[in-house]
Amino acid sequence: MDHTAPIVEDVFGISWLDFNLANVFMIAVISTLVFIVCVWASRNLQMKPTGKQNVMEWAIEFVRGIISDTMDWKTGKQFLPLGLTLALYILFSNVAGLVTVVTIGDDLWWKSPTADATLTLTLSTMVVVLTHYYGIKLRGTKHYLKTYVSPVPLMLPFKIIEEFTNTLTLGLRLFGNLYAGEILLSLLIGLTATGFATGIGSGILSFVLSAVPTLAWMGFKLFIGAIQVYVFVMLTMVYMSHKVSVEDH
Amino acid sequence: MHSYIDFMSVGAAVGGLRVGDMLVQLIFFLILLALLKKFAWGPVMNMMEKRENYVANEIDAAEKSRAEAEKAAKDAADQLNNVRQEAQKIIEDAKTAGVRQEQDIIESARAEAERIKEQAQADIQNEKEQAIQALQAQVASLSVLVASKVIEKEINEQDQAEFINDYIKEVGEER
Repeated sequence: MDHTAPIVEDVFGISWLDFNLANVFMIAVISTLVFIVCVWASRNLQMKPTGKQNVMEWAIEFVRGIISDTMDWKTGKQFLPLGLTLALYILFSNVAGLVTVVTIGDDLWWKSPTADATLTLTLSTMVVVLTHYYGIKLRGTKHYLKTYVSPVPLMLPFKIIEEFTNTLTLGLRLFGNLYAGEILLSLLIGLTATGFATGIGSGILSFVLSAVPTLAWMGFKLFIGAIQVYVFVMLTMVYMSHKVSVEDH
Repeated sequence: MHSYIDFMSVGAAVGGLRVGDMLVQLIFFLILLALLKKFAWGPVMNMMEKRENYVANEIDAAEKSRAEAEKAAKDAADQLNNVRQEAQKIIEDAKTAGVRQEQDIIESARAEAERIKEQAQADIQNEKEQAIQALQAQVASLSVLVASKVIEKEINEQDQAEFINDYIKEVGEER
């Protein structure tokens, strides 16, 4: 049951450069998948949308709705590609781990990239860094600095802490949900495996017993995966709007 | 680090802050973002914007043509009304013209009749005078004839004149 990860340490002799090859592989696979699907879906664009174009437009409308909820659409328009790419990348990642898990030897190769804290924290850090970047770019350095001491200078330490907690909670929320899902799924499947290890009879019994909860949990995990996509994009846009909106928060 | 990951790995690897993974994730995501923006979101959003503009234009055009149609219908109704009034007027004119013409014709007919009647009367008068003259001439000759006859019977001049006058009177009364 305990899988290891295909880790390569100290690449090029650099002491801090470690790779989890499974992560690298999955990131590449998910990115390629998202790219291929999106480009395929946005070919042959028509004035009257049909089929896949409708799906793409629905996705755009969905993310546009999220952005419009949090900020002025004129400002938020430029974050649409970011939100859409985040949404699709995370959705594909979440579903990838739900569909199957592949291990070669003891190493776990196929899983959700979002079930790895390193990667979700990378995404959340990127988002928070982007909010700072756009805050300065759109509203000016003065306004950006002012947000830290408004409404009262007393808020300064809290505001600074908030930036870090935002990063952590944004990344760890996604990771936690996906990771917990995968643990429970592997426990349920492990139940069957242990049953078969004891004997054929108990194997069949445990398979029957675990089949229904496994299916139910997979369905629920799909739901969680979709919800987490929404939450992640929503919070991204909320943090963004805190930095770029005209009103002081 | 390895043992820590082994310990924590239950279906999914966790723990360890591998810088390599982070870099890979970041670079891949940014590349994905750029590529999708260029090849997927850009074209689709352009198309959506184009459609929005198109729909707005179409609505405007429909609104305009509706107003135009309304105006045209109103114009047509007005024109129809005008035409109807004109036709009414023409009919009435024709009626009055007919009545006037009728009266004219009657008038002229009456005048013509009058004229013919007068002409006839004048003719009659003429004829009458001519007849009288002719008669007088005949009477003169006749009287000469009578006179000669009476003379034959030896009548004096006075008697003769009396006789002639009486005769003429008689002839005039007879007529």
